[in-house]
Amino acid sequence: MSFQPVKFYQTGTLTVGNRLLAQDERSVQANQMRSNSINSGHRACQGCGEALGARYAIDAAMAESNGQLIAANATGCLEVFSTPYPESSWQIPWIHSLFGNAPAVATGIAAAMKVKGRNDVRVVAQGGDGGTTDIGFGCLSGMFERNDDVLYICYDNEGYMNTGVQRSSATPPAARTATTMPVGPEPGNVFGQGKNVPEIAMAHNIPYVATATVADLRDLEYKVRKAMRMRGARYIQIFVPCPLGWGAASHDTIRLARLAKETGMFPVFEAEHGEVTSVLKIRNKVAIEEYLKPQKRFAHLFGKHAHPETVARLQAIADRNIRKYGLLAEGGN
Amino acid sequence: MLKQTEGSKAVAEAIALCRPEVICAYPISPQTHIVEALGEMVKAGELTPCEFINVESEFAAMSVAIGSSAAGARSYTATASQGLLFMVEAVYNAAGLGLPIVMTVANRAIGAPINIWNDHSDSLSQRDSGWMQLFAETNQEAVDLHIQAFRLAEELSMPIMVCMDGFILTHAFERVDIPSQEQVDAYLPPFEPRQVLDPAEPISIGAMVGPEAFMEVKYLAHAKQMQALERIPQLADEFKQIFGRDSGGLIRTYHIEDAETVVIAMGSVLGTIKDVVDEMRAEGHKIGVLGIISFRPFPLELVRAALIKSRRFIVLEKSLAVGMGGIVATNVRMAVSGTGLKGFTAIAGLGGRAIPKSSLHKLFRQAEKEELEPVTFVDLDWDAVNKQLEREKQTRRSGPIAENILHDKGIVSAKFG
Ligand SMILES: Cc1ncc(C[n+]2csc(CCOP(=O)(O)OP(=O)(O)O)c2C)c(N)n1
Ligand code: SF4
Ligand SMILES: [Mg+2]
Repeated sequence: MSFQPVKFYQTGTLTVGNRLLAQDERSVQANQMRSNSINSGHRACQGCGEALGARYAIDAAMAESNGQLIAANATGCLEVFSTPYPESSWQIPWIHSLFGNAPAVATGIAAAMKVKGRNDVRVVAQGGDGGTTDIGFGCLSGMFERNDDVLYICYDNEGYMNTGVQRSSATPPAARTATTMPVGPEPGNVFGQGKNVPEIAMAHNIPYVATATVADLRDLEYKVRKAMRMRGARYIQIFVPCPLGWGAASHDTIRLARLAKETGMFPVFEAEHGEVTSVLKIRNKVAIEEYLKPQKRFAHLFGKHAHPETVARLQAIADRNIRKYGLLAEGGN
Repeated sequence: MLKQTEGSKAVAEAIALCRPEVICAYPISPQTHIVEALGEMVKAGELTPCEFINVESEFAAMSVAIGSSAAGARSYTATASQGLLFMVEAVYNAAGLGLPIVMTVANRAIGAPINIWNDHSDSLSQRDSGWMQLFAETNQEAVDLHIQAFRLAEELSMPIMVCMDGFILTHAFERVDIPSQEQVDAYLPPFEPRQVLDPAEPISIGAMVGPEAFMEVKYLAHAKQMQALERIPQLADEFKQIFGRDSGGLIRTYHIEDAETVVIAMGSVLGTIKDVVDEMRAEGHKIGVLGIISFRPFPLELVRAALIKSRRFIVLEKSLAVGMGGIVATNVRMAVSGTGLKGFTAIAGLGGRAIPKSSLHKLFRQAEKEELEPVTFVDLDWDAVNKQLEREKQTRRSGPIAENILHDKGIVSAKFG
């Protein structure tokens, strides 16, 4: 798919103007034939980034696999809000086994498809950041290392949301969670910890690793479709703001996702066989405060007992990402 | 075909004859030879179509089997001891989802202290997981039970553990009749799943279930095992018709008709017990044996019927319900409740301690005279135990128990594996 960023700006917004594109370049969601893999009526909170991300990702995977898709799901918000008995939102074959084993379950499904000669049937596994970067990490690394034919999608909302917003290894420094309260000399989550799973995935030399956000849904669809055209272990981490866990307004989900990218806090890139092949450049660089302030999980950094030095440390993390991944456009601001 | 072969090798051949489609395994003694042999068969193209997956843990092994079974592939794994405990969450999950996975458990003790030798603590710890558990007495029976297990598991859509004593069976070379492919194909039809992940007919498996339906799902797992109580003897009969051997079933008795004292056990120790019973019978003792093949489902009625004419029973088990006594014994007592039968529990062979005939002679004679305590620890070194208890009384920092005992017993270096 070719991007025409100049044309998008002509619409006057950052949204993608489908009308400006050729029929075959339009988004999956714009197509009436989209699969609606995760149907409406599920019980996600209003403005849930994870529900949005899953919808776009799985519909894109369905489009690319001609509807021949099976999904394995880890325990977490996505699983809980989509399948309270006796209802299920899933319009595709879907299995939930445990919190920490979705990659291995997917490996088993892929192996079954292989013995049965069903090379047309493709397999995705999906889970939250906790299910991915913490408890499911052993299974994930095993699936990567064996290069099993599975696309794993991590919905990163930076915490254990389903159990009431506790810290995960994807929780950013300073963030308030139920287990990193804004008390004591270093309020919120500590600095110097955490796991960068996209980079760890790259270290496995798997065919494809990408990050995406729910602010750039075209980019998200493009990456899922690209991943689905490849074989072997593939990993996509999607940044999905959680209004409930972050203490943010439901209508700010897309804005926060965009700010995470535009500040450099969440680098959006692609890598093949361990090497970065493209980055989504920052369009208008934004100071970190703009991203932090709408979120109550960072509220303790501002106001009466402000922690400007902590804000500066977060800014430094964002700046380091910008340097490391070359996120600023040539001659950009 | 008759063969002089290792138990593990024989079981691997039996599994291969069952045409598994996905095998996933993580190594742990004494299970290793089984999966090594299967891995070689798959790699050499002798077992096809089949995927052999070298997973990174037992938790992954069971999880891969969950995925492949739910996708309609006949799935097999094997483990033991720490490996079984490492996969426990997925063990329960496989049963809860109703997936007919077959798993060999090469029975081994559970640490700490780490110990690779045989007892039944591992599989018995999973007695309430929803898995059926069949215990083999010989390597021939291990071969036969695996073939029956696939049939039963797939009929009921429930998973089964076939338990065989680690080392004592897995590493023993003895004569085994390996069936032909034609025989196995005649007995075991292709896997026809009750539920399958199929894009042509999308379903959700493993959805969240609240109080409104959870009990029914759990009850149905129980109901399946109650069905198995009927099907296991029938499947053993059918097995005999095709393979020409008595193998399987729920229980097996030996000289029980006129027995006043009945010894109850599971697994390979039944061989030693029968030898002792033969010798005691020759001396005129009215003693018999009840072997339990199916521990789950537990054949309460058959056990009761087998014991009802006797005066007393003694359960010899390679497991310990810490703080209580026996595990198998508790189940047996449930079977005979209200009969007034006198029952004894003997804990023996933990961590691979030999169970010699001499100890059994002594034990059974004491049982006959009803001179035993309710729970007896066979061949326990009381000196070593008392010394440690005394040490703990005297010194706060008494140190690690296992190391103290080894030191007291004068065993300088123990072998760990
Ligand atoms: C073995 C195990 N430990 C803990 C839990 C409890 N648990 C269920 S979901 C969840 C949090 C999920 O967090 P994440 O994976 O980030 O997904 P999210 O809900 O944030 O989308 C936890 C801790 C569990 N179900 N299983
Ligand atoms: S808690 Fe967060 S992740 Fe969970 S449903 Fe609500 S918004 Fe979505
Ligand atoms: Mg999360």
